[in-house]
Amino acid sequence: MQREQVASFSISHLRFLDEHGNTTQDLPEFAKDPDTLLYLYRTMSLTRAADAKAVNLQRTGRMGTYPSSLGQEAISVAIGHAMRKEDVFCPYYREQGTMLQRGVKIEDIFNYWGGDERGSNFGDGTSEDFPISVPIASQCLHATGVATAFKLRKQPRVAVVSCGDGATSEGDFYEAINLAGAWNLPVVFVVNNNKWAISVPLSEQTAAQTIAQKAIAAGFDGEQVDGNDVIAMHHTLEQAIENARQGGGPTLIEALTYRMCDHTTADDASRYRPREEVDEHRKKCPLVRLYNYLLNQGLWDKEKENALQAECAEKVQAAVDAYLNTENQPLTSMVDYLYETWPASLADQRDALLQEQQALEEKGEAVHG
Amino acid sequence: MANNAITLVEAVTQALAYELNADPDTVVLGEDVGVNGGVFRATAGLQQRFGKDRVMDTPLAESMIAGASIGMAAQGLKPIAEIQFMGFIFPAVDQMITHAARMRNRTRGRLTCPMVMRAPFGGGIHAPEHHSESTEALLAHIPGLRVVIPSSPTLAYGLLLAAIRDPDPVIFLEPKRIYRLVKQEVPDNGEALPLDVCFQLREGTDITLVTWGASTHETLKVANTLAKQGVSAEVIDVATIKPLDMNTILQSVEKTGRCVIVHEACRSFGVGAEIAAQIAEKALTSLMAPVKRVTGYDTVMPYFKLEKHYLPSEAQILAGVQEVLEYA
Repeated sequence: MQREQVASFSISHLRFLDEHGNTTQDLPEFAKDPDTLLYLYRTMSLTRAADAKAVNLQRTGRMGTYPSSLGQEAISVAIGHAMRKEDVFCPYYREQGTMLQRGVKIEDIFNYWGGDERGSNFGDGTSEDFPISVPIASQCLHATGVATAFKLRKQPRVAVVSCGDGATSEGDFYEAINLAGAWNLPVVFVVNNNKWAISVPLSEQTAAQTIAQKAIAAGFDGEQVDGNDVIAMHHTLEQAIENARQGGGPTLIEALTYRMCDHTTADDASRYRPREEVDEHRKKCPLVRLYNYLLNQGLWDKEKENALQAECAEKVQAAVDAYLNTENQPLTSMVDYLYETWPASLADQRDALLQEQQALEEKGEAVHG
Repeated sequence: MANNAITLVEAVTQALAYELNADPDTVVLGEDVGVNGGVFRATAGLQQRFGKDRVMDTPLAESMIAGASIGMAAQGLKPIAEIQFMGFIFPAVDQMITHAARMRNRTRGRLTCPMVMRAPFGGGIHAPEHHSESTEALLAHIPGLRVVIPSSPTLAYGLLLAAIRDPDPVIFLEPKRIYRLVKQEVPDNGEALPLDVCFQLREGTDITLVTWGASTHETLKVANTLAKQGVSAEVIDVATIKPLDMNTILQSVEKTGRCVIVHEACRSFGVGAEIAAQIAEKALTSLMAPVKRVTGYDTVMPYFKLEKHYLPSEAQILAGVQEVLEYA
């Protein structure tokens, strides 16, 4: 019997810095600029500091359930640096590092996880970025819609969407990559493959050897990158985003990383994964890796590090103060933004909220927002 | 009847064409809406006239149609998405609930979702399985959506224009049993009809008949029969299921003291239940008889050999009316 091979594919992996911060190959041009590397390092450090504070706020009863991005900072910071202001980001919930570079304030993130919708009306309110998407993978479709709008209007803009490895089991993920391929859309998919979807390990999530190869089925390139190597991440993202901007279509980037933390503050990962596994990955920390490289290059030292940590702590504390001093929203805010105009037929429900508000104020329990 | 009279489905096409021409931000998307002009021809000729960029054949994926529309809407486009049959709307409902209906609220107005999702619905055309359901109550339960159902070519044209121009997401359900039942002269003047209000189809003093969609036709016939018997029935077409204009219904019930609600969807937890509940809350003392519902049964929509026994018939509506008239 003769069978003709009609197609063949391969998936490549990219890395520039090993876990000790040594280069494994010549660095790309952008990484030869110390300012860029220092910027990435500073932003990763601020992201981690804000993230640690968020966990602390939850632990001390001052914020709601929070999903940490510990260990995944290289991915989100690289996304934020590779995107242009006019591009649009559709994030999942561990992209604090991107959001902070795109006009989202630290206190916006605290506000959001503190149970206040205004946290998604972030920055100066002019952003076209989507708010964090909680239903897994649903945001992948929004990015294809945004990219369709860019394409129809012939705007040189790109939609970037991120998700986790678990999300790549969802129908919305497959529907999104399929449309992106079929319509050659300017969209870049970034999968944070952190190996765990709450308690389900990647090995039980999929039989696919890589997540990057899922793009092949949709008719475009998928690339695997060391997601803890910010240089590899930024290089790949910059190329994929620029390619999309030039009309080259979508790319899927599988960023290999590890969820160093619990799924959220409501989770206890020690129930389902061995401590040794976490300890093993601790050695691959994206910040330590870049720190070591910068140290070896003479671009960084202990004194600078101390100054940076102090600067981050100061920024985070200012955000905490702003967050804790956020005025309450009036009760009617729960209906006032649902429709452009609250329907006349539902006026009695808004009136009921107004009365409730008045009663609270009379008891001195309400603060106007 | 005038020569340029059109059917309900042609009124849909006319409204789409008008708005595609008038507003460059509008786009039509869905399965087979392009070259084929939709399986019911609701988008016939639109791709030829407005091009592939404005009238897009999508891959076969309903959640994608909804989710991509949300992305386009957030960018200021006004997507008008077609779901081929309401029986296939459920994957799309996920995106409508989790994002379309709440995008404005969760961003405090920073991002909005001015989109329309059209779907033919209801029974009576001997369609395959999963092609004949009426699940408008399920959709009407979702905060942040509008659910609109036209019952005539005139209403289809005016309400669809209003739905497209509305700044929030609208689900526009087209009763396919009456897609080609009657023709009306519908001037292509771009004039929208108001959303969020009921339409009084017939004025009366003795009993209020509340209905929507295809059932308006049987209900109007019953009202004619009643007139011959000396009973004056008022017929109200709800039109916008959500948000529900109860004022029009309550004013009518306060006048007539009797009410029958007719809908094709199954009875329990239906839109009729909501209307009856609000009448009980707000107009109980006006009632001279309990409110009666004449509806489909609480079962799966039967395959077409039995569907005519599922759909509320004129005889069943008439029997319901007699019961309410004879109560006291």
